[in-house]
Amino acid sequence: MEASSRDIETLVRREYKAGFVTDVESDAVPAGLSEDVIRLISEKKREPDFMLEWRLRAYRQWLTMRAPQWAHVHFAPIDFQSIVYYSAPKSRDDGPKSLADVDPKLLETYDKLGIPLRERELLAGVAIDAVFDSVSVATTFKDKLAALGIVFCPFSEAVQKHPDLVRKYLGSVVPYADNFYATLNSAVFSDGSFVYVPKGVRCPMELSTYFRINASKTGQFERTLIIADEGAYVSYLEGCTAPMRDENQLHAAVVELIALKDAQIKYSTVQNWYPGDEQGRGGIYNFVTKRGACRGENAKISWTQVETGSAITWKYPSVILEGDNSVGEFYSVAVTNNMQQADTGTKMLHIGRNTRSTIISKGISSGRGQNTYRGQVKVLKSAEKARNYTQCDSLLIGDRCGAHTFPYVEVRNPTASVEHEATTSKISEDQLFYLQSRGLTAEDAVSMVVNGFCKTVFKELPMEFAVEAQKLLGLSLEGAVG
Amino acid sequence: MLTITDLHASCDGKEILRGIDLQINAGEVHAIMGPNGSGKSTLANVLAGRDRYQVTRGTVKYRDVDLLQMPPEGRARAGVFLAFQYPVEIPGVSNIYLLKAALNAVRKSRGEQELDAMDFLALVKDRMQLVEMKEELLYRSVNESFSGGEKKRREILQMAVLAPYLAILDETDSGLDIDALQVVAAGVNALRSPDRAFLLITHYQRLLDYVVPDVVHVLVGGRIVKSGDRALALELERTGYADLTPAPAPATMQDGR
Repeated sequence: MEASSRDIETLVRREYKAGFVTDVESDAVPAGLSEDVIRLISEKKREPDFMLEWRLRAYRQWLTMRAPQWAHVHFAPIDFQSIVYYSAPKSRDDGPKSLADVDPKLLETYDKLGIPLRERELLAGVAIDAVFDSVSVATTFKDKLAALGIVFCPFSEAVQKHPDLVRKYLGSVVPYADNFYATLNSAVFSDGSFVYVPKGVRCPMELSTYFRINASKTGQFERTLIIADEGAYVSYLEGCTAPMRDENQLHAAVVELIALKDAQIKYSTVQNWYPGDEQGRGGIYNFVTKRGACRGENAKISWTQVETGSAITWKYPSVILEGDNSVGEFYSVAVTNNMQQADTGTKMLHIGRNTRSTIISKGISSGRGQNTYRGQVKVLKSAEKARNYTQCDSLLIGDRCGAHTFPYVEVRNPTASVEHEATTSKISEDQLFYLQSRGLTAEDAVSMVVNGFCKTVFKELPMEFAVEAQKLLGLSLEGAVG
Repeated sequence: MLTITDLHASCDGKEILRGIDLQINAGEVHAIMGPNGSGKSTLANVLAGRDRYQVTRGTVKYRDVDLLQMPPEGRARAGVFLAFQYPVEIPGVSNIYLLKAALNAVRKSRGEQELDAMDFLALVKDRMQLVEMKEELLYRSVNESFSGGEKKRREILQMAVLAPYLAILDETDSGLDIDALQVVAAGVNALRSPDRAFLLITHYQRLLDYVVPDVVHVLVGGRIVKSGDRALALELERTGYADLTPAPAPATMQDGR
C-alpha cells in the first residue's frame, strides 16, 4: 500500500503558475520598522492626522506584544527589521487617474494572471481593485458603481475622500490592539480596498480585489473595510498570488466587515500565494485577521475561502453575531501540499437572540502538508436559542501528511443548540481504480474525487470564482503519473 | 474478441490464477462459475487492469492488441467495461457528472466529438429505460446512499451508456432480489449484439435463467476445469463444486534445458 499512496501523491504535485516577477521600478522605504517609517508611510499617503495617530498607537502597542505561539505551525522567528514595509511601483505622478495611466507592464502582469483590468475585456459583472505590493494600481467600474452611491476604491483614497466613514468603522471590528499581526498591520498597512454600500442598495456586480506581491523582501499589509448599510447587499471576491522566491514573505492583512440591519455581505477568497517549493523553501506566510460583525437584526455575513497557496496559513475569518436573528457562515477548502502548513478555521460569537451559524470546513492534506482546523463557537448568555452547525471533513492523500481538528465550543445559554460533525478519509485506491476503469486518467480521477469532496463549499462561491477554484485545484493536481 | 492464453496472476505473492485459457468471440456470452476463492474476481480485475494483481505469465489478446500492456483507462477507452462487484462511493460527484466525463473521455480517445449537454442527457435518459432507474438518481452522488440493487443498476446504466465491446460483469447478481435481478438481466439482454461480448462472473446459476449464456466455464483453484453449454450450469446447481477438483498442473518447463 505504501507504494500506491506515493503514487497518489505524485498525482498532486503542483506547479505554481503565478510565480513570475514583473520588472518595474519601485519606490520603497528602507527595510525595518520604526516610528519614522510609519510617519513616512503615512506621509506618502498624505493621511489626515487621525490616521497617523492611530498607526502610532498600534505601533506602540505592538512593541509590547509577542507573536502567538498556539497555532499548529512551525517556522523560524521572523526578523521584523528585515522587512520592507512599503513598496509601490513608481508611476508618473502620484497614482494613476484612470486605467490609461496605469503602467502597461502592470496591466500585462494582471493579464498574465488571467485578470484583465481593461474594462472592455472584463467579465461583465465584476469590478476589480488591483493591489500591487503596497498600493492599489487600478480600480474598474468605479463610475458605474458611484451612480448607485456605492463606494469602491483603494483604502488610501477612502481615507482622503471618506474620512468620516473610515474614522467611524476602522478598527471597530478588529481593534488595533487585537492581536500581534493585526496590530502590526494597523501600524503599517499601506493599501487595500474600501467598500461602502448605502442603505437598501443591492450591489449589481461582484466586487473584487486582486492582491499581488511582486517586490522581494517586502511584506504586504493590506487593510480591507467593507460596510453594508441597512438592507444593502454586496458580494466581494479576493484573489492573491506572488512570485516564486526562496525567501519567506509576510502577508499580514486585516479585513473588517460590517453588516447593519438586514444587510448581507458575502466575502469569497481564492488564496493562491506562492506556497514554497517541495523542500519547503520560500513561500508566503499568510497571517491574516478577518472578522465581520452583524450589527443589526437579520444581518448576514458569509465567508467562503479556498486556500491553496502560502507556506503557512494562519487565519480565522469570524463573525460576531450581535443583531437578533443574524446569520454567520464559514465555508472553507484548505489544501496543503509538500511542506505547506495551514491552521485555519473560524470563530462564531453568538450574542443576539436566534443567531445562527454554519461552519463547513474541508481540509485536504498531501505530501508532507499539515492541515489544521481550529474553530470556536461561543454562545453568550444573551444568545437565546442560538444555533450552530459545524461540519469538518479532512481528506488525506498519501501517508506522510497530517490533519488536525481543534474545535472549541463554549455555551452559556441552555436554549442553544450546537452540533459538530467531523470525518477523516483518504482517497482510496478503489475510488481511483473505479474511475480509471471508466476511462479517466489517474490525474482526472484524483481531481474528480477532490472536487467532489469540496463540492459543498464550491457551490457557495460566485460562478466565476467557482470555475477558477476548480481550475486551481485541477492545476495543483496536474503532474506526471508515478 | 478476447483470447486468454496460459494466464497466471498473483496477489501479494500468492498465486491465484494458474493458467487460464479462454477464447471469447464477438456476439458470445460466456459465464464463469466457481466456488468462493477460485479466482473469478481476480480474473475480472486482471482484465480491467487493477495493479494490485501481478500477471506472472501468459497473454491476453483483445481485438488484436495486447491488453496487458494498457493502463486501466486505456482498456476502458478501447471498449472494455467492468461492472464492479462492490462499486465504491464517491461523495460529491454526481452520477451524471461521472457518466459524462467517462463517455467523453472514451469518445475523445476515439477521435469522436464530445457530446454536448443536451445530446448527452437525451442519450442517458434513453438508456435509463433499460434499467428502470429513476431520473433523480442521476443527480445523486456516485453510489452514496444507494441500495445494493441501485448500485448494480447503475453499473448496468454505465455499461449501456459507454457501449463497450467487452463487458465483464463481476457477480452483478449477488445481493439482488429477484425483481432487481430481472431488471439487470433485461438490461444485459438488451445490450447483446453481434459485435459485443459478455463475460458473466457468477456464483449462482440463477442469473443464467435470465441471461442465457453460450458457454459456461467452471473455475476451480485458478484454472478452468470444465466448459460446456447451459446444461453445465444446471448440473452444477445439483451437484455443487465439490466433485470438481483442479486439473493436474500442466507439466512445467524444467530449467537447465
